[in-house]
Amino acid sequence: MNSFEDQIVGLRDYLLKFARLQLRNDAWAEDAVSDTVLAALAKPQSFGNRSQLKTWLVGILKHKVVDALRHHHREVSGLDNTDDDSSADPLEAMAFKADGHFTEQPADWGNPEQQASSQQFFAILEACASKLPAAQGRLFLMREWLELSSEEICKELQLTPTNLYVQLHRARLRLRECLELHWFNQASA
Amino acid sequence: MTYPFHRTCKEVTALVVAREDRVLQLADRLALRLHMAICDACPRFERQMLTMRNGLRAWRNYSGPDDSAQP
Repeated sequence: MNSFEDQIVGLRDYLLKFARLQLRNDAWAEDAVSDTVLAALAKPQSFGNRSQLKTWLVGILKHKVVDALRHHHREVSGLDNTDDDSSADPLEAMAFKADGHFTEQPADWGNPEQQASSQQFFAILEACASKLPAAQGRLFLMREWLELSSEEICKELQLTPTNLYVQLHRARLRLRECLELHWFNQASA
Repeated sequence: MTYPFHRTCKEVTALVVAREDRVLQLADRLALRLHMAICDACPRFERQMLTMRNGLRAWRNYSGPDDSAQP
């Protein structure tokens, strides 16, 4: 039976994956995970299984990650102007006619419940999220992983709602495109 | 625009995406419903967004394989 300490330390890489995905900065991610591990070690407790321990640790990590985002809010909200194609609206790349109608039907993604619950799907989801431009990826995961409201994100990062919505719009359309390419196409092929 | 509740597929697509992050205005909500009732393509896009929403929820609630059986 592993000690509480061993179990926590053994989950470092697991935590680091989420911290990196959300923060998009290795140094910040390492710090957030170290803070999480220290906080966890300071209040040892027992869990029925590893999943519960993971859930507890991720809960602590989320607080540390929000602290990091708040602390680095200037860099975080500095949108990727240097990133060439992050300034493009993915909607413009979709198949619309001049009158605004679809030229081809959006694909049928099949049975969402079955497909969207496998580990392979989660791996592709994470890969697609990590491919988003850094600022877009952070904002998107603040919504979807930290589960912050749009209002909270604007407040934490001192962003205007318009700025936030433009970035989230692009992030969601890019993610949709990436999932279609790497998951839903495979599934139906 | 002469018809206040008319939206193109492109506009509806943008609204369906925006709905994930903000509450739409009443006129947009009504226009969306009207459009969905007469369009074949946009409901497909809407299902894709719902699939993404469900997939993301499953992802953030997933904490790895349940290894509670292990000693």
